[in-house]
Amino acid sequence: MRRASWFNITSLTLGFAFLYLPMILLVIYSFNSSKLVTVWAGFSTKWYGELLQNEAFLNAAMVTLKVAVASSTLATVLGTMAAYILVRGGRFAGRTLFSGMIYAPLVMPEVITGLSLLLLFIGIGLDRGTLTIVLAHTTFSMCYVSVVVSSRLVTFDRSLEEAALDLGCSPFDAFRLVTLPIIAPAVISGWLLAFTLSLDDLVIASFTTGPSSTTLPIKIWSAVRLGVSPEINALSTIMIGIVTFGVITASLVSKRKAIRAQRDVQAAERAAV
Amino acid sequence: MRRFFLIAVPYAWLLALFFIPFIIVFKISLSDLALSIPPYSPTAKDGIWAMFAAFDLENFTFLASDDLYWKAYLSSLKIALISTVLAVLVGYPMAYGMARAPEEWRPTLMMLVILPFWTSFLIRVYAWVGILSNEGLLNQFLLWLGIIDTPLTIMNTTTAVYIGIVYTYLPFMILPIYAALDRLDESLIEAAEDLGCSRLKAFWLVTIPLSRNGIIAGCFLVFIPALGEFVIPSLLGGSGTLMIGKVLFEEFFNNRDWPVASAVAVILLLILIVPIVLFQRNQQRQAEVEA
Repeated sequence: MRRASWFNITSLTLGFAFLYLPMILLVIYSFNSSKLVTVWAGFSTKWYGELLQNEAFLNAAMVTLKVAVASSTLATVLGTMAAYILVRGGRFAGRTLFSGMIYAPLVMPEVITGLSLLLLFIGIGLDRGTLTIVLAHTTFSMCYVSVVVSSRLVTFDRSLEEAALDLGCSPFDAFRLVTLPIIAPAVISGWLLAFTLSLDDLVIASFTTGPSSTTLPIKIWSAVRLGVSPEINALSTIMIGIVTFGVITASLVSKRKAIRAQRDVQAAERAAV
Repeated sequence: MRRFFLIAVPYAWLLALFFIPFIIVFKISLSDLALSIPPYSPTAKDGIWAMFAAFDLENFTFLASDDLYWKAYLSSLKIALISTVLAVLVGYPMAYGMARAPEEWRPTLMMLVILPFWTSFLIRVYAWVGILSNEGLLNQFLLWLGIIDTPLTIMNTTTAVYIGIVYTYLPFMILPIYAALDRLDESLIEAAEDLGCSRLKAFWLVTIPLSRNGIIAGCFLVFIPALGEFVIPSLLGGSGTLMIGKVLFEEFFNNRDWPVASAVAVILLLILIVPIVLFQRNQQRQAEVEA
């Protein structure tokens, strides 16, 4: 009954063209041999070569990766704790303030978050550098993690935890052996979300970093403000490529898992008959 | 004891790195320039009290007297509002098409909508620079087609900002509308058609009202971040576009006027509180309807 009408096909085609054409053009023009980005002068990979020799970019990429790994790991631990408290913690003093502080950063404009953290770091006399970006990124991404994890915690059956406790588990063991494995997919996607948020962040990082630790978005930002540059096109292409590869791999793996699970269910049903 | 520890760690973290900084912004917005200008000598010990002593509304009256700020707030509101409407116009047909697509295509279409989220925001905005500039690909294409004789000026205008916002926030609009349309009971549309509605009329009287909550959620998800946007107006809007996020960033880094930057931030938050509260109420009502 659901039939693809001409209208639907047209709107989907135009819509996805709008979403993807700019990125595809960026990728194509990264192989342009001309320095002028808008004039096609033949295929070349020279910008990739120049990019790989540009130490400033490589250093920035290293800083970005370090910050992202550190902050997303910290954010996952803190965010999972926060989600557990919100869903299972019951009543405690200041609960409203706590849940407010979890949700507020999600809608707070980045300029305000960045500004306020900078004023704090200056106020307590903390030198700005890698540490301060990690602190800043952990703070805003732990909120995203806790939203992702708590949505999973809400839907799972609490009696499983209680059964573990009845069978003699300590609360910590019950969490480690029962709760954590069940919420693991949400914890992992929370980590991935925190990781990409940190990789992507320009505004908060520019407020909270010092001259010694420039992240890749800050580096890209100072380059693109001068106009289009083929090196940035090459860098963007590499980043788009990594993401596309990662997402496609992840979706294939989960599809395979789903098929296997379905096959198991069918086998079990057949055995039961 | 263990429970206390579990609560205390994230709580203390958020208090120290979210709540207190926020109070500091509020306080600096009320303090005099001399006290808070770099190198910003007051530290946590003596500075906080010194600032309290100088408590006044000078920065806010300054904001009120300089019409740059009012214009920036108003133009941010206008740009965010128009972009939101444009995003509905582009996003709704896409969400509709997705909800009507054959079952086996839908996960792929979903993934195609989500994929841009995982690519860098900055790069997605930057991709438009090469398209919209005067000698850019769009102008070259239109000149080649013969539609125009002279290149259009799109780059560094508000039009470019609209395009940028709609482009980067479009998935936020599509996903909630798709979720609403996907749940929609199709027999209701059939009933409307059986009762004599034309297809268009059934769409207008049945489909649109039933997807209202998705449209509202999508509008908030685009409007709220668009209001404080900094990257898009700076990169695509040029110096002529006034948006408050950009003004705040420049006030802070170029003029180094921290009290005024803080006052700008406080007012921006006050403006944002209204849509955020409305959004939360809508979410709550939706949750109640579903329960």
